[in-house]
Amino acid sequence: MIFIADPITFITTWLNSVLTGWGIPAIWVQFIMFILGAGLLALGAMIFTIGLIWLERKLGGRVQDRLGPNRVGPWGIFQTIADMLKIFTKELITPVGADKFLYNLAPLLAMAAVLGLWAVIPLSPTVFGTNINVGVLYLIGIGSIGELGIIMAGLSSNNKYALLGGFRAVASLLSYEVPMAITLLIPVMLAGSMGLNDIASAQKVAFIFQAPVAALVFFIAAIAENGRAPFDLMEADSEIVAGFNIEYSGLKFGMYYVADFLHAFTSAMIFATLFLGGWNGPGAEQYPALGFLYLLIKTALVYLLTVTIRFTVPRLRIDQMMAFAWKYLTPLALASLLVTAVVDKAAPAGQGLLRVALLIGANIVLFLIADRLVTLYRKQHEKARKVVSDDRPVPVAIRSTVVEEPEVNS
Amino acid sequence: MLQEWLYLAIFLAISLFIPAAAIGAAALLSPKKPSTLKNSIYECGIETVGPARIQFKAQYYLYAILFLIFDVETVFLFPFAVAYNQLLFFAVIEVILFVFVLAGGLAYAWRRGALEWS
Amino acid sequence: MTTMQLIFLITAAVTIFAGVMMVSVRKLLHAALWLILVFFGVAVIFGLLEASFLVIIQIVLYIGAIAILIVFAIMLTQNAIDDTYQTSRRWLVTAVVAVIALAGILLALFTWPQGQALTSTLAGGQQDIAAIGLALLDPEGYLIPFEIASILLLAALIGGIYVGIEHKGEEK
Repeated sequence: MIFIADPITFITTWLNSVLTGWGIPAIWVQFIMFILGAGLLALGAMIFTIGLIWLERKLGGRVQDRLGPNRVGPWGIFQTIADMLKIFTKELITPVGADKFLYNLAPLLAMAAVLGLWAVIPLSPTVFGTNINVGVLYLIGIGSIGELGIIMAGLSSNNKYALLGGFRAVASLLSYEVPMAITLLIPVMLAGSMGLNDIASAQKVAFIFQAPVAALVFFIAAIAENGRAPFDLMEADSEIVAGFNIEYSGLKFGMYYVADFLHAFTSAMIFATLFLGGWNGPGAEQYPALGFLYLLIKTALVYLLTVTIRFTVPRLRIDQMMAFAWKYLTPLALASLLVTAVVDKAAPAGQGLLRVALLIGANIVLFLIADRLVTLYRKQHEKARKVVSDDRPVPVAIRSTVVEEPEVNS
Repeated sequence: MLQEWLYLAIFLAISLFIPAAAIGAAALLSPKKPSTLKNSIYECGIETVGPARIQFKAQYYLYAILFLIFDVETVFLFPFAVAYNQLLFFAVIEVILFVFVLAGGLAYAWRRGALEWS
Repeated sequence: MTTMQLIFLITAAVTIFAGVMMVSVRKLLHAALWLILVFFGVAVIFGLLEASFLVIIQIVLYIGAIAILIVFAIMLTQNAIDDTYQTSRRWLVTAVVAVIALAGILLALFTWPQGQALTSTLAGGQQDIAAIGLALLDPEGYLIPFEIASILLLAALIGGIYVGIEHKGEEK
């Protein structure tokens, strides 16, 4: 194996032979390799977040016509490192009456729920944690551990705001998990496997071309699962009372912060793997290192889109958020699943262009129908809906009386 | 198979350990000057009134039960999705029936107003 | 194999301990959290049996959905907030009945000849799950239970919503 083509496999093979050469039994060699691999991947992901936070702040600044961080180092690239040094030396305050064990466990679970996702994402054709046969369901299962962390934070903080924030967050996470799980079925169906590496390698034609509606629903649901704008109601940065994590300080809060940024990037990576072909690209099979580059480019594109959405779209209210998940995304995801299943079975066998064209056509028809239904629904409910700016007492009239009064008195 | 689960177990243990180690390091580095005022919980600038654990609306329970039902449904469909290439068109019709029964449940929830956040 | 047995024994001990704590702890919310540990222990035992799909169902459905539903339900009921505990001794009868029932089921399973014959190994990998899918949708297999399951879920959904909506009405 040539080093340039596939550096990671080269190193692992070499390390394996060295360890075996020392006379360590094969099973222990594997165990050591597992620990090394997992540790490096998790640590790498976490350190990578330092750059990610800088990137997102800089991009956010540019989107909003600001400079973004620009003081520490050239273009402010050391800003996050300075922030990190500061947060390490912040006092960790535990509120009175908090449930100590749960209170301290919750940030760990939040972080583990994001880092754990990296165990199944194929970074290149040869480098992936594991291609477990329930990979896609594992993504959902890890997400539920994150929900558990949020519930624990809310319950253990001994604060009504934390509790309310936690429960709202979990209710909205649950709601968006439904359309997300349903759309996850479609790549599994098309690839015939739940292993993420199998799904990536099955995409000679990226699945976004075969199931665009599902990709859209998954993309929106993934943003909501991250708790990012416009779905950031659960812990809105700009509000006075942030959410389930208000009683956390120092690095315990930092864990939620880091997990949030890393989760956004990880979801972009999962989207790229499931719908954009992952590491697939010309020459990726021969040169796995090239596959990693393709994955990074695709991920970066998706990530930039989520960041732009975050800094442009205004926040939804909680009732709008829930209605959107249950009344729009879930029916659309179910319809998309059934349409894909029927069209794909009815289409002639093989991976021909005709099959892809049929799937695209069916998806466009589905989307147009959904759009039409939404328009009809909106027209029907236009009159019944309470409009915020309607029928309020006119402020000008009130002011005129208030202004006149002092004059009479004086 | 067992190896893959072993890897996942190690990975999860490490991804719990890394943040724990970081927080542990922070606990060593950071000052420790607790005071009654600092540790007290807050609520609109005054002290908390009553217990923090308040009663919740039924709405949360409704969403949770809807989620549970649809989660079970999705999990039932995953084996279908994996076996999809080996199945005949008849199986797709069975699945359509299965999904339609539950879509009826969603329609019922919608009509009864269980999806409204009140 | 001894390592496997060791892991199994530790997991089983933790699971049973969590189960005992669940029924004996005073605060209902803590009981729910101990229940999550029980679910997790069961998931690990499924993992030792190399039943990937069951592990993940245990985590997705039991920890991710049922445990959270239970926590929501606890927060919904007013009584749970004070740390009340049972004063009547009737639970003892229930416990005895439950233990006898469980012992009966286990005995029946162990003595059932077909139960011993079912332990054939599957191919592993994706074929495991594809086999479940094929069996579920096979008219000669488990098609009828599969469709009935959807009706059962529908019944549960309607029942849950009915009860929830009634409760919502009272509150107003």
